[in-house]
Amino acid sequence: MVDGLILIPLLAAALLFTLPDAARLRATALAAGGMLGVFALVVALAPAVLDGEIARSQATWLPALGLSWHVRIDGLAWLFALLVSGIGALVVLYAHYYLGRDESMPRFFGYLMLFTCAMLGVVTSGNLLLLLVFWELTSLTSFLLIGFWREEAEARRGARMALAITGLGGLALLGGILLIGRIVGSFELDLVLASHSLITNHDWYPWALGLVLLGAFTKSAQFPFHFWLPNAMAAPTPVSAFLHSATMVKAGVFLLARLNPALSGTDEWFWIVTSAGLITFTSAACIAIFQHDLKGLLAYSTISHLGLITLLMGLGTPLTMVAAVFHIINHATFKASLFMAAGIIDHESGTRDIRRLKNLFRYMPWTGALAIVAAAAMAGVPLLNGFLSKEMFFAETLALTGHAVFDWVVPMGAVIAAIFSVAYSVRFVHDVFFGKAVCESPKTPHEPPRFMKVPVEVLVVLCIAVGTFPGLTIATILDVAARAAAGGELPYYSLAIWHGFNLPLLMSAIAMAGGLALYFGLGRIVDLHGLEFGQRARGMYESILSAALDVSRRVWRIVGNEGLTRHVAIWALAAVVLGSSPWWAGGFALGEQHSSAPPLAWALLMLLLILNVFLLRHYRNRLVALALIGSIGLWICVGFVLLSAPDLALTQLLVEVASALLLLLALRALPATTPATDSHWRQDLPHAAIAMLVGIAVGVASYAVLSFESESISQFFLDNAVPAAGGTNAVNVIIVDFRGLDTLGEITVFAIAALIIHALLAARHRQVDRVDETSQPMMLRLAAAVLLPFALLISIYIFIRGHNQPGGGFIAGLVAAGALGFSAMAQGRGVLGSARTWVVIIAAGLLLAVGTGAAAMWVDYPLLTSYYQYWKLPVLEKIPLASVFLFDLGVYLVVTAGTVLLLLAVARHERA
Amino acid sequence: MHLIAAITIALLTAAGIFLCLKRRTFDLVLGLTMLSYAANVLIFVMGRLLVNRAPIIDSRPLSLLNYTDPLPQALVLTAIVISFAMTALLVAMALKAYAQRGSDAIDGGDA
Repeated sequence: MVDGLILIPLLAAALLFTLPDAARLRATALAAGGMLGVFALVVALAPAVLDGEIARSQATWLPALGLSWHVRIDGLAWLFALLVSGIGALVVLYAHYYLGRDESMPRFFGYLMLFTCAMLGVVTSGNLLLLLVFWELTSLTSFLLIGFWREEAEARRGARMALAITGLGGLALLGGILLIGRIVGSFELDLVLASHSLITNHDWYPWALGLVLLGAFTKSAQFPFHFWLPNAMAAPTPVSAFLHSATMVKAGVFLLARLNPALSGTDEWFWIVTSAGLITFTSAACIAIFQHDLKGLLAYSTISHLGLITLLMGLGTPLTMVAAVFHIINHATFKASLFMAAGIIDHESGTRDIRRLKNLFRYMPWTGALAIVAAAAMAGVPLLNGFLSKEMFFAETLALTGHAVFDWVVPMGAVIAAIFSVAYSVRFVHDVFFGKAVCESPKTPHEPPRFMKVPVEVLVVLCIAVGTFPGLTIATILDVAARAAAGGELPYYSLAIWHGFNLPLLMSAIAMAGGLALYFGLGRIVDLHGLEFGQRARGMYESILSAALDVSRRVWRIVGNEGLTRHVAIWALAAVVLGSSPWWAGGFALGEQHSSAPPLAWALLMLLLILNVFLLRHYRNRLVALALIGSIGLWICVGFVLLSAPDLALTQLLVEVASALLLLLALRALPATTPATDSHWRQDLPHAAIAMLVGIAVGVASYAVLSFESESISQFFLDNAVPAAGGTNAVNVIIVDFRGLDTLGEITVFAIAALIIHALLAARHRQVDRVDETSQPMMLRLAAAVLLPFALLISIYIFIRGHNQPGGGFIAGLVAAGALGFSAMAQGRGVLGSARTWVVIIAAGLLLAVGTGAAAMWVDYPLLTSYYQYWKLPVLEKIPLASVFLFDLGVYLVVTAGTVLLLLAVARHERA
Repeated sequence: MHLIAAITIALLTAAGIFLCLKRRTFDLVLGLTMLSYAANVLIFVMGRLLVNRAPIIDSRPLSLLNYTDPLPQALVLTAIVISFAMTALLVAMALKAYAQRGSDAIDGGDA
């Protein structure tokens, strides 16, 4: 049931992607259904989780890597799941009215549900690696959503920037998680959370902490990585409300809260987290005042509030986690409603430029009232939720002791930032909704459709309810979540609105008065609307980016053009330099192993030399080259025979036959010669020099390797071939049994290659082949007709005996394909039937091989575990009917059909 | 024998590289064929070079003194088949390119 949290949105996303663009209502219904389904699940889990239980679902995934599927819902995870699904449902409703007629709603909601799945995965992961997987997925879906209006350059740029920054952070987080996993010995969250002293006393702790914080800070847009968030405002507003204020940007602070029990409480944690939070909190609040774009103002405000939460995480005073979690909830509600209100304003007036909007309260009083309440919550006005968490925040800054200047810098900074916050909240309200001038918006503003306001209303009601009756509404949830984040019991605290006249209240009062004075004072001194600020951080990002691109371009200019010849030359020389570098560093040495060669071997070597010289001398005449290269192949075949490798000899021989056939067929459509004008000594000479250099280097390296004694692992294969695999041909046993997974991969590659060739060449030839029976001599046709059944019989024989004698699926397949190729040559291609048949046989062979392997899993053995039993059959005597026999049959079918298919494709190809 | 094996590999590699540096698709196919010969021989000789010691288990005692190393052979066997498929793929691409462009030069040139 717990898995449903992640699987429901995933399923909804999958279904959404199948809908046509026009299915707007169905898309909304599906997305809303997904969100509400998750919400219902979360509510159903409430009794257990609020009781302090942890709901789980566990399954092994990749145990060797420490990755497990572990959904773990404690109070903190539950709270986030509640926020994500609840706000998600509201955002779906809102987006239904927000998106234009011509925009693809299924695509939008598909991305949104995919994001929801990822986000729920992040918050409910009970395994750090699993968390990372979902973490990356949130970055990717955020990229897709920011760039939803893909025809707009600004959207594409914002999306790319967000992905670059959060992706970089994800990479750092991976590093941090791997370090933590190595320290603890597990990636399971429960174990990690219980290992505080082990982690913080470890030598790697600073590295692990730094990397994890890098991940958290990039995601939560902390200074100096904050600049991606304002640029992400190019996204549709529902996305800004959902991802970039309520949920995804909270993933960073969520991670801090999640790992707080394991990583916090050290000086490093305090100084880094507190400083980053304080700088972000104050500077972003200050910048927000000067934004002219409604969403820009809200974006900087979001950065500032995230800074506030980060600051709280860093302080480490007893109640910081309560304040931090509380503010996460409150910020999500008021900021999401503000974004939605900004979206409505943009939608109904045609602009979100504060300088052009005036006096909107007259045109849209209801929306205006909602936005004003939400903005008041943002400023921290009493009786609203923002006030409560801000009070707690002030109290915690005052509780800080023992950190030198920070003991008073932090509270001071907090008040200053709070003044800024009030100032930008006032600006948001005053500049947009009031003022005497006439509104200059492109459209005459009016109230939006009725149901577009519902999500804003719900959120604003929540702001008031929590702010007025905290004990009734939020207390239990907050307590459970904060306890999970703090990793233990909490000291006593009270959520009352009125705590008497105390220092935090004074700080709030100063912030209110100061903020009002600042805004109206600023308005007198400077023309706020005339100020323009560039984004310095973004400029730096872009110059770094363009410098990196410049370097790549330069490298590309050196290695990338001039085509393949130059590539090969560079690659070959680089291989020689790198491959021989150990010799330059460590000296060249030979081992003790030698073996003398019989005269026959020297004679064969001379033969190879001659063939080689002939090949290089006559390669321009392609038919001759074909004959020579075939001869060299046969020469190698002889080598295999002499050196105790009958299986290889057979394979080589058969491949030579098939290759010769293939190249002959190809030469019908290619020029018969390489033009002599191609060769010029000025090119040939350096080419020959490179070739000789590489040849000598590879030869010397091989000789050096061979001269050392080596330990082989193959004794195992000899010992176990008969008892464990039931075959005496050790080579075949390795192929089909011990290293069956390799073979499965190889026949897959073979099948893919054959299918590509078929697709590449068959595209133009859909007409039925004419069967030309008269073009070949009678004798040949007769011989082929007689030979084919025998050849196929031999191939089957070779296949069956392959487990014990030289043979097996590969060799038998090549025999069969060779026989079929020969008869096609003699009797016309018609005897091979249609290509489709062979495609089907390839598929059948692959399925057989996979199926045989998977059958082992059916009875709880690992993939490809073999089973065998000797069966006595009449005539053939004892044959092993092992499971590998079926596997090898798959190999046989794939190799036969693949070879026939590719020969057929090349044969059908005629010159255009 | 080691010397002969090393020279064989050197010859095959040098010829392969030389042909790969040519500017025609068919020459490239030949070059890559030679290079895969070289690679296969290299892997093969990493097992012990023994005469009359095929890794087919019979009454001989199970020791690597009596049988050649079967592992490199198994690796090379599949490599031979795969490199055949790769050669065929290259040939198909060469055919397609020639049919479309009317030239079998590699680097986009027509000469």
